[in-house]
Amino acid sequence: MGLNQLMFFFLSGLILVFSILTVTSRKILRAAVYLLTVLLATSGLYFLLNYEFMAAIQITLYAGGIVVLIIFSILLTSHISHKFERPALANVIAASLTGLAGSFISIWSIMKFPFNASTEPTLDVNMKEIGMQLMSTGHQGYALPFEVISILLLAALISAVIIAKKGN
Amino acid sequence: MDFNIYDFTSFTKWVDNALNSSMSPLLAIIIELIIIGLVFLLFYAIVGLLLVYAERKVCAVIQNRYGPNRVGPFGIFQTIADLIKLLMKELINIKHADNFLFNLAPFIVIIASFMAIAALPFAKGLQAIDFNIGIFYLFAVSSLGVIGILLAGWSSNSKYSLIGAIRSGAQVISYELSVGLSLLAIVVFAGTMQLSGIIESQADGWWIIKGHFPALVAFVIFLIASTAETNRGPFDLAEAESELTAGFHTEYSGIKFAFFFLAEYMNMFIVASIAATMFLGGWMPFHIAGWDGMNAIMDYVPPIVWFFGKTIFVILMMMWFKWTFPRLRIDQLLNLEWKYLLPLNLMNIVLVAFIVLMGWYIK
Repeated sequence: MGLNQLMFFFLSGLILVFSILTVTSRKILRAAVYLLTVLLATSGLYFLLNYEFMAAIQITLYAGGIVVLIIFSILLTSHISHKFERPALANVIAASLTGLAGSFISIWSIMKFPFNASTEPTLDVNMKEIGMQLMSTGHQGYALPFEVISILLLAALISAVIIAKKGN
Repeated sequence: MDFNIYDFTSFTKWVDNALNSSMSPLLAIIIELIIIGLVFLLFYAIVGLLLVYAERKVCAVIQNRYGPNRVGPFGIFQTIADLIKLLMKELINIKHADNFLFNLAPFIVIIASFMAIAALPFAKGLQAIDFNIGIFYLFAVSSLGVIGILLAGWSSNSKYSLIGAIRSGAQVISYELSVGLSLLAIVVFAGTMQLSGIIESQADGWWIIKGHFPALVAFVIFLIASTAETNRGPFDLAEAESELTAGFHTEYSGIKFAFFFLAEYMNMFIVASIAATMFLGGWMPFHIAGWDGMNAIMDYVPPIVWFFGKTIFVILMMMWFKWTFPRLRIDQLLNLEWKYLLPLNLMNIVLVAFIVLMGWYIK
């Protein structure tokens, strides 16, 4: 077993264990920290695939951005002694059944998909190419979705400001 | 053995070959990882100790007093004595704190700075890993440290810690933008995010000279924003002694406190070396295109000396800020970022793009 495989099993083990911990933890900030571990391990998987751009995006956006915001809002709203109540048995059973069904469907569809083994050498992710494609209006260009998403984000920003200022 | 102070590529290759020829590749990689880990650990400790000493001496000079001068000549062993003291102090457990997160927080801060150090280019061929998105990676992992600060503040279950952590969070989230955008200016100039490529592009002049006005603006913004991102004075609101005792690390003692302390100085080193690499040419000697005689003389100074010289220059500048300017208030701090630095930065990026498009920078 090579180092690559070892790392893969290590990272996916981390992801599995901490995903379960995230949803079962009864202390909210601990759940956020477990989620952080899951996201970092996912970026580790991208590093393993030599897809460094995606890995760095994963770290900045999810770990450095979203988790920091989640933790920040927990800091402002929740007290350290607060603990969630144990969920009712019916809820536990229903949730685990739904989870199992979801994972079964996704594993089944992945297993069913015919992946073709390829002998081509791995390609370097060219940053220039990504930038060009994002801004290109031609064939396979992403300029329109890029701009639409920007406008959506701007609208979300403005509405957040308006909601925050509602009192006065 | 092939050791050359000007180019470490052959030396690292020689180590790699020697290990691979005597054992299996898996074992060789593991041993290489351990060697690099130990080297960085040692480096971390030495730089931390030296920076704490330097800070105290610089502070003393600025305040017109002697500073540490009892332990060893010029007091150079003072920080080692302090370290031994910190190691022997009692680790205090807090009753109503979340102990798991309380103990985890210092490690998150330390790990974040370790991750950043892995991508720093110290000299030609002396870089643990050269990502093709190097500067983006540095930017990404340096934003992780704040999570440790936030956790430390909350899990201590103390009002001072919590206020310190919230201030730190607000500060880092906002100043991260300016750091990223000011680095982006140089990425636009260099046309690459790979650190070795950025340094290579400064072979005939550093970007702060070649990029003239906009690069200078980006450099100043980077200095301000990165000082704020590392929670150093005049932006050290997270640990403002006069109002918050010690801010987010009020409840920590002994080695756990030392971790925060060390990470703060290490982050300053990392930020300074990013500034040196992006704006001041990294390990590249001072070159002016066409002046071949002077360039040849500059090449005699080893790259590692250039790198550390520039980094120390930036560090001294940051210490100078800390001991000269009074601390800002939190509203002034956020105003500075959102009302002045960010718009200025965005305009600067547009200006840089325009200059690169027209080819108006010094080639």
